[in-house]
Amino acid sequence: MEIALVLGVPLAGGLILALVGHLRWAPEVNAAMSLVTLGASALLTGRVIADGPMLALDEQFFVDPFNVFLVALTAFVAFTTALFSRPYMRIEEHHGRVNAGRLRLYHSMYQLFTFTMLLCLLSNNVGILWVAMEGATLTTVLLVSLYRTPASLEAAWKYFILCGVGIAQALFGTILLYFAAEKVLGPGGSSLLWTHLYEVRHELEPTVLSLAFVFLLVGYGTKVGLVPLHNWLPDAHAEGPTPISAVLSGLLLNVALYAVVRSKVLVDGALERNFSGNLMMGFGLLSVVVAAFFLSRQKDIKRMFAYSSIEHMGIMTFAFGMGGTVAAFAGLLHMTVHSLTKSAIFYTVGHAAQATGTQEMASIRGLIQQSPAIGWGLALGTLAILGMPPFGVFTSEFMVLTTAMHEHPWATPFLLIALGVAFAAIFSKVQPMVFGETEARRLPHPPALIPVFVHLAIVLLLGLYIPPYLVDWYRQAAALIG
Amino acid sequence: MATPFSTQLVNLLAAFLLLLAFAMLAQRRVLTLIKMFAWQGAALAASTLIVAWSTGQHHLYFSAALTLALKVIFIPWALHRLIDRLNVRWDIETLINIPATMLIGIGLVIFAFALATPIAQMASTLTRSTLGIALAVVLLSFLMMIVRRKAVPQVIGFLSMENGLFFAATSATYGMPLVVELGIALDVLVGTFIFGIFFFHIREQFDSLDIRHMEKLKED
Repeated sequence: MEIALVLGVPLAGGLILALVGHLRWAPEVNAAMSLVTLGASALLTGRVIADGPMLALDEQFFVDPFNVFLVALTAFVAFTTALFSRPYMRIEEHHGRVNAGRLRLYHSMYQLFTFTMLLCLLSNNVGILWVAMEGATLTTVLLVSLYRTPASLEAAWKYFILCGVGIAQALFGTILLYFAAEKVLGPGGSSLLWTHLYEVRHELEPTVLSLAFVFLLVGYGTKVGLVPLHNWLPDAHAEGPTPISAVLSGLLLNVALYAVVRSKVLVDGALERNFSGNLMMGFGLLSVVVAAFFLSRQKDIKRMFAYSSIEHMGIMTFAFGMGGTVAAFAGLLHMTVHSLTKSAIFYTVGHAAQATGTQEMASIRGLIQQSPAIGWGLALGTLAILGMPPFGVFTSEFMVLTTAMHEHPWATPFLLIALGVAFAAIFSKVQPMVFGETEARRLPHPPALIPVFVHLAIVLLLGLYIPPYLVDWYRQAAALIG
Repeated sequence: MATPFSTQLVNLLAAFLLLLAFAMLAQRRVLTLIKMFAWQGAALAASTLIVAWSTGQHHLYFSAALTLALKVIFIPWALHRLIDRLNVRWDIETLINIPATMLIGIGLVIFAFALATPIAQMASTLTRSTLGIALAVVLLSFLMMIVRRKAVPQVIGFLSMENGLFFAATSATYGMPLVVELGIALDVLVGTFIFGIFFFHIREQFDSLDIRHMEKLKED
């Protein structure tokens, strides 16, 4: 019942906003829909905490501690981003970058995007998971090109083609998975249900599964933004509207990684050696290192933070690849804090770019003078994402590092160097943007900065003290995938 | 129930698919390319139909009909209309070095067969020998997307890759569960629609459907 609500509300929201998305109060409808979705997912979370994992609708949907935590996070960030997008899109309209028709497209697709991501998370059928993941690309591709500038069209085309090709590899992986499962479970719909696959994971054919995992990792890994499949990510983040950058970084990447981790659990059951873990560690480490070195070369502020997302997704992929409860716990915590921090950063970056009229970092100066809230939001968000204590990113990165030292000492120097390089690159660029003199204009609508500070407060809280029920929750999820 | 005759037929159609994939790789004219894509869809639908008939898998009749409607009739028709509207009918692409592309293609086919052999041996389906061909079609379409410079051929490459995947699903497993197939068909349909919108946007901005205009976003 709660599942129907969680999925139904954004779907209905997408359809309603397709009709009324251009009206003056459409941003409020958008935010309200996201709020109802958040409420529904809170109900679902409560139910799962009280009753344990559940299945619904002929086992087509399922909820366990791993996905319910992501559902809650997705619904929350989708809601706060809708709050942020309210003034942001009004200012864009004021600046003449979007018109009524495009706003309608934007609002409708925003809700449908939320729907596809929640469907990804809740679906028990790995085939539907694939369909929903492709749906997430389809709903966002026209949003990346919303401004119809040459650069944005190019970015959207790249995004579409690269993610389309990538996801096609994942479909081949899914076919191979079905092929292996059919031998054990027999033909028919139930062979693609994750819960059934999980039960028989030790009996699945190892050769087929290892090949399937390679395809699944490459496929979903394209959407995670793992190097060398990351080319679409900085462009799509830089050229689309900032709320879309925030949800891409904060949510879509997480959901894609979720798909990879789900596949890993099955493959680990079938294979004796740590084949999938090693692959993920390799890709993760490469992403961390390459992204860190690309950071210092960026001129565009959104591109820079997009590269930072690649770096952090690399850390998570590495953590899940190491396996074990502690590493998985760290990975989940990092997922949470990264998605909260990165979306908060994008909120401030969006308003900063609007106030200064540029995304070039060299031209953005003195944000604190123009608006203390934007300036301090960006400064604090940057410190948080760079892993400064006492923010939560520090906690999770610390856990990843200590586990790596313990189990894979060879990887630690790479991680440490990459983190150091990333720190130097981002900090040296953000510092002059925040302090100093400014010529920025006043924004025609008051910016929405409450979500920024709410996110940062949660990240700070998670760094200082993780509430026991949350620890419990992470532990259960980590035990499931570790 | 599986007669050697139907196995032969499916193998023949599989060979036809592979041939078409190569022909598409070498084709310069967009209109012919679309025609070939429709033929590929037709071969796919026919092979699905034969598998359905000879194994008694009823849901495969449905996927065959879906393939016929979507990939033989609707998408080629939509692409034709788009090309008429965009007036790029005479867009002939100067492909650099077709022989070299073909050689790479042959290499890909060998690779695909090497990759598919251990899996195909485990398959109990009558069409197992075609899994290698399916993978080869996927890789050849992939190659086509890489070497093409215009938007329409890239999209056809994308769709033909989907054909290869669908063929893999029927040949290895007698098709995915129906609900998944429907979802994939929906994605393909929406994807084609969005590609169509995109053509107009690209055309409006760049006055051409040449992807070379869209290589500005690079790292310095």
